[in-house]
Amino acid sequence: MGDKVLSSLQRRGAGKRRIYETLLPLLLSFGLFIAIAVLVSLLLTVVTTGAHRLSWNLITQYPSANPAEAGMRSAILGSVFTVGLAAAICIPLSIATALYLEEYARGGKISQILSYNIANLAGVPSIIFGVVGLGFLAYGLGMGRTIITGAFTLAILILPLVTVVCVEAVRAVPPDLKYGAYALGATTLQMIRRIVLPRALPMMLTGGILGIGRALGEAAPILVVSGLLFIREDPTSLFSRFTVMPLQLYNWISRPQQAFIELSSAGIIALLLILFSLNLSAIVLREYLTRRAMEA
Amino acid sequence: MTHTATIQIPKGVRRRRITDTIAKNIFLGSTLVSTAALVIIFSTLTIEAVSFFGHVSLLEFFTSTKWTVLFADKNYGIAPILNATLLTSAIALVVAAPAGLMIALFLSEYASKNVRSIAKPVVETLAGIPTVVYGYFALYFITPQVIKPLWTQVQIHNALAVGLMIGVLIIPIVASISDDAMRSVPNDLRLAAYAVGSRKYQVVLRVVFPAALSGITASIVLAFTRAMGETMIAAIAGGFRSILTFNIGEAMQTMTAFIAQVATGDAPHGTIEYQSLFAVALFLLIVTASLNYVGIKVVRRWAIRY
Repeated sequence: MGDKVLSSLQRRGAGKRRIYETLLPLLLSFGLFIAIAVLVSLLLTVVTTGAHRLSWNLITQYPSANPAEAGMRSAILGSVFTVGLAAAICIPLSIATALYLEEYARGGKISQILSYNIANLAGVPSIIFGVVGLGFLAYGLGMGRTIITGAFTLAILILPLVTVVCVEAVRAVPPDLKYGAYALGATTLQMIRRIVLPRALPMMLTGGILGIGRALGEAAPILVVSGLLFIREDPTSLFSRFTVMPLQLYNWISRPQQAFIELSSAGIIALLLILFSLNLSAIVLREYLTRRAMEA
Repeated sequence: MTHTATIQIPKGVRRRRITDTIAKNIFLGSTLVSTAALVIIFSTLTIEAVSFFGHVSLLEFFTSTKWTVLFADKNYGIAPILNATLLTSAIALVVAAPAGLMIALFLSEYASKNVRSIAKPVVETLAGIPTVVYGYFALYFITPQVIKPLWTQVQIHNALAVGLMIGVLIIPIVASISDDAMRSVPNDLRLAAYAVGSRKYQVVLRVVFPAALSGITASIVLAFTRAMGETMIAAIAGGFRSILTFNIGEAMQTMTAFIAQVATGDAPHGTIEYQSLFAVALFLLIVTASLNYVGIKVVRRWAIRY
């Protein structure tokens, strides 16, 4: 009698546990479902609203009050100039930082403090880079609210991100090879040039492309530095006033007319396509260079 | 007869040593850029904020409930825009903490290698979409299609849509840091739990989750500070109305949206409007940095070392 009660109790508990056992993974996959649902509905909204407005006008024309002929030529050029210059500043700095932290100051107190500062820089909200770019570079150093100010601001903004990838790239080089080079009497610089750089460069470039992608989509810091949402002339020098793609989109999004909403959707499609192909090229480049480095 | 030997370093070696030293110093200089940037950020904000507080008392800044810097009748109480920032960030956490943790538990404990290799990039994509696009989506999809049918009184610009959208944006932060924390829980703990007869759900909820708690806390603190700094979503979908209210269906201006508004408007260098940018930015930086600092301290204290 007593045995019977006990075993039925156990069975009841076991049944409950079995239900939990099957329910929990289903419940947990709901998080993933949210992520996918948002992505899909976002893409669907953008494409259904804006696909029919995609045309060459979008990249060849200047912004205009007439949505039928407005484009973002000046903003695209502004983005290319600003982000290109930012990458040219940031990528060498990141590589040098990674080499210093990993090959010269490895594990030391200085290395720790400097890494800590890089982590702190990564935690600064992006708009604050814009405010400081405005106060320090544009007015403090008198560089004005120009492309070069925007480029330096973006370069510092993406510096932690690119540096972290470069550090990982240097760490991934097998230490045996480094010791081998040192054993043959190489200086650190020779070892870096012959051993570290050829092997770490593919991943470093991937980091650079990630940084470029981040900088291209970044609106807030440039909004503060430039202050312009649209401009009707091409940037001609590093000291031109400018705007960038995300800001042109912000301008169109903020207008209530349906035609501008559609135009902004078309612009968003263009921006997303650029970012997508950048990420894809990062992957392809890494595969290609890694294979070549293996063969060499 | 003593033989004095002078060691003659070959020329090539000496040259190589010199170039090595030069290179080392160039690399060191590059590394110092980040540190210099931090110093410049802090000092630039402080200098302008000091002149702001030359006109505005700290007492007013922290106790007044009106923020009307851009109007003729100026009030300098941070409360309305701080309130908007905290409200939207809190809503964002309500979305991102459960969703991010679910994703992390699923990826680290249940997903097969194949599922993981597809699902992880999908989640990371959420963080790669430009925030202007999220702003657009919040204004033209979330508010009219999702919130409006359930809550008809909601305004076109509202804090709820901003919070929900920022929440989606920060899901990957919670998910990826928590996932790392859960994956670094040693397998011995799981095996021990199985050995005493636990089922998988018990292992996941009662062993892995508590063991990873310090990493999970870190992910949530970081996500919250990221939410506080988000600008474009708030500027597009939240509106520019700086009024102290707790109704999340109304338009309200966050600190970052205020900075965006001043930067695009007419605020000449040296005016009080211009200086208010720096005061707000410094305040934002201090709040986010100290949250991060406290978060990391707490996590260090809790952390179980394996």
